[in-house]
Amino acid sequence: MVEFKKFTLGNGLRVIVHEDKSTPMAVLDVMYDVGSRDEDPAQTGFAHLFEHLMFGGSINIPSYDEPLQMAGGENNAYTTNDLTNYYIQLPAENLETAFWLESDRMLSLAFGDKSLAVQRKVVSEEFREHYLNKPYGEVWHKMRELAYTVHPYRWMTIGKELSHIENAKLADVKSFFHKHYTPSNAVMCVAGNITFDQVKELSEKWFGNIPAGEKYERRLPEEPKQTRPHHLEIKAKVPLDALYKCWHIYSRLDKRYYTTDLITDILSGGGSSRLFQSLVKEKKLFSNIECYHFGSVDAGLIAIEGKLVKGIKMEAAEKAILEELDKMKTEEISEAELQKVKNKTESLIAFEDVSLMNRANSLATYELLGDADLMNKELAHYQAVTAAEIRQESRNIFDENNCSTLYYYSEN
Amino acid sequence: MPDRTTIPDIKDAVDFNLTLKPCDKYALTNGAPVYAVNAGAEEVLQLEFVFFAGNCFEEKNTVAAATNYLLKNGTRTKNAFSINEHFEYYGAYLNRACYSEHATITLHCLSKHLNVLLPVVKEILTEAIFPEEELEIFKQNCKQRLSVNLQKCDFIANRLIDQKLYGADHPYGKFSSMEDYEALHTDDLKKFYADHYVNGKAILFAAGKLPADFATQLNNFFGELNINQPANIPQNVSLPATEKKSRINNDPNGVQGAIRIARSFPGRYHPDFKKVMVLNNLLGGFFGSRLMANIREEKGYTYGIHSFIQNHVQDTAWVISTEAGKDVCEATIDETYKEMKLLRDTLVDEEELLLVKNYMMGLNLGDLDGPFQIIARWKNLILNNLDEKYFYDSMNDIKNISAAEIKDLANKYLVPEQFFELVVI
Repeated sequence: MVEFKKFTLGNGLRVIVHEDKSTPMAVLDVMYDVGSRDEDPAQTGFAHLFEHLMFGGSINIPSYDEPLQMAGGENNAYTTNDLTNYYIQLPAENLETAFWLESDRMLSLAFGDKSLAVQRKVVSEEFREHYLNKPYGEVWHKMRELAYTVHPYRWMTIGKELSHIENAKLADVKSFFHKHYTPSNAVMCVAGNITFDQVKELSEKWFGNIPAGEKYERRLPEEPKQTRPHHLEIKAKVPLDALYKCWHIYSRLDKRYYTTDLITDILSGGGSSRLFQSLVKEKKLFSNIECYHFGSVDAGLIAIEGKLVKGIKMEAAEKAILEELDKMKTEEISEAELQKVKNKTESLIAFEDVSLMNRANSLATYELLGDADLMNKELAHYQAVTAAEIRQESRNIFDENNCSTLYYYSEN
Repeated sequence: MPDRTTIPDIKDAVDFNLTLKPCDKYALTNGAPVYAVNAGAEEVLQLEFVFFAGNCFEEKNTVAAATNYLLKNGTRTKNAFSINEHFEYYGAYLNRACYSEHATITLHCLSKHLNVLLPVVKEILTEAIFPEEELEIFKQNCKQRLSVNLQKCDFIANRLIDQKLYGADHPYGKFSSMEDYEALHTDDLKKFYADHYVNGKAILFAAGKLPADFATQLNNFFGELNINQPANIPQNVSLPATEKKSRINNDPNGVQGAIRIARSFPGRYHPDFKKVMVLNNLLGGFFGSRLMANIREEKGYTYGIHSFIQNHVQDTAWVISTEAGKDVCEATIDETYKEMKLLRDTLVDEEELLLVKNYMMGLNLGDLDGPFQIIARWKNLILNNLDEKYFYDSMNDIKNISAAEIKDLANKYLVPEQFFELVVI
């Protein structure tokens, strides 16, 4: 049970306070309700590029990092398809420095051509390092395009192509800021060795007078139900054939999310999971295989991917996967196997909550989803999942008409 | 309206008196030492067995790592599946890892399940059988993974820079080839297991919310094992390469180069070691470092550039590492040497030095928070034959090092001719 209190400022900024007197540290986490799904299809990669620009100095503070480091703090940020998160950890005595820094860049950035020019290059190198210069690095760009026809999940957070980043203009950057970086479009979580009253006072002082701005209304195209199999084959300069399949699942707030999450644990993730035991150990068709889902807010994907053992045919490998999925659809799993994945989830949650940073981050994420208290209800949702639901959702999800498949062949 | 142009009053982290919280120390009946930090709010714990079974003890390449990996793939009474199922049923993780001197087996679990997990841990440490079929799958999968890694410039660069620094036969410099995997035999693993686990030397580290009878439980399961044998870590002599500069083209279509600039460096016992940590931070140890400020934030040549001292027990090395655009690799190297020169020629100003010190102290404060972090500190001290005095000396060195000392250290160590220089595209 993670205790917290919350309040909302006049300008719409929601604030979560989590006190933990056992640590000398404080965390200040600001999460903006903007991700790559909010981008223009002709200007992808913007949310993430923008995250970089947020470190280029704000209206009253020329350098973001130096004062924070002087205060003994460190920070980082990440962007997903759904949200952008900025977090600071520093000695609790210096909490106000974090308020000063984060509020100024919510107030207004010091937009500069120089900063944009440099960060365009930095992000281009990030793109090259992670997606172009790595074997199999392009795969999820292709898979998203194969699976989605209209929803903006069809591009990756880093962007659809390098040129979108290389062509980013200062005017576009500014309008992106004004549209999304407003108090009403953000959640702040302050955690650690702090008090509620202190956070309330500091929040009013530093964030209270930031103009509310216009509330961004998200109107994303809904992905129509897939009605036929999607299939793609690619030959690439990689050493091993690889097989990728993904299926559409539910949104994060759908009750069936928990069932789907447990399905991934039954299929993969441990030495006793089904796909590993059957396809790597017994049939020796794959040298590794994974099943996971994207945890996205809008309806996401569940994926199975693996590299084939040299000499194994793609069709044979795929058939073996489908046989395992058929078992999920036809036979109810045993109570013991269901208990196993529930126990794993319980343990995972307990270990995650050890870290103050994780707790702050989770509280902010759940508040953005609608209510921070969802964090404390998660385990009960998992524990309520039944074997019959696992079978039913397996039937709903693992349908070839709902599936996108990529045969990724080695040219060698 | 608050004053937004001035930084609020801060307390300099450099003035903090950081303490390393104590850990309990005791020994099992067989003399095997146990270090434990019993703390934390969550009902979880971590128990790590550190065996003196790293690759410096192997006579044939990759045997130490293979033995460590396959420990839990079959015992006299359980196959790999049922071992995994047992741990996973209780939401526990049994991880293992192999390094140069040490090899570890680490249990993470909910505290309430410890008593049903320890018997199987014991079985793994005493009755592993290394089935032929498990080894064959391991060999095949390792070879496949290696074939993918060999296409990555950073992977190749990491291997080659270690080989240049220490020599191909040194535990820190050698690496696994397809032939090494192919040559593995279950007899090698069984012998290594008998010599370094069943009759070996282990140190136990535990942290988290430990049950009241934790020490008794440990002693019941592990107190009679033969795991407190003398183990002498072989002293290996580095044989650095004579050629300092290399450019390697591994991928004709590569768009980036992996750059490694590295020099050998004395180990933790050397009087300069602790102070050099401050100089390293200044050079490339954090986001605000000189290298990051210049090469990423000013020039945009890379997503990130870092410098660090490798975490080795014996000799070590100081490494600068980055992946940069193919066309700017040489410029990145030039700029790196310019930053070294600046540190050699010019005193760091007091403001920048205070910033680095505050940053490091703040980081340490955060790193000493929570049982898992505290035991990690203790482990690092103990495996390097150090004690808490070393920790407190390190903190004092961060607080007290002067700009003149920084400059002296730069002149002593940041000498380009002493660095290996490697680009892999």
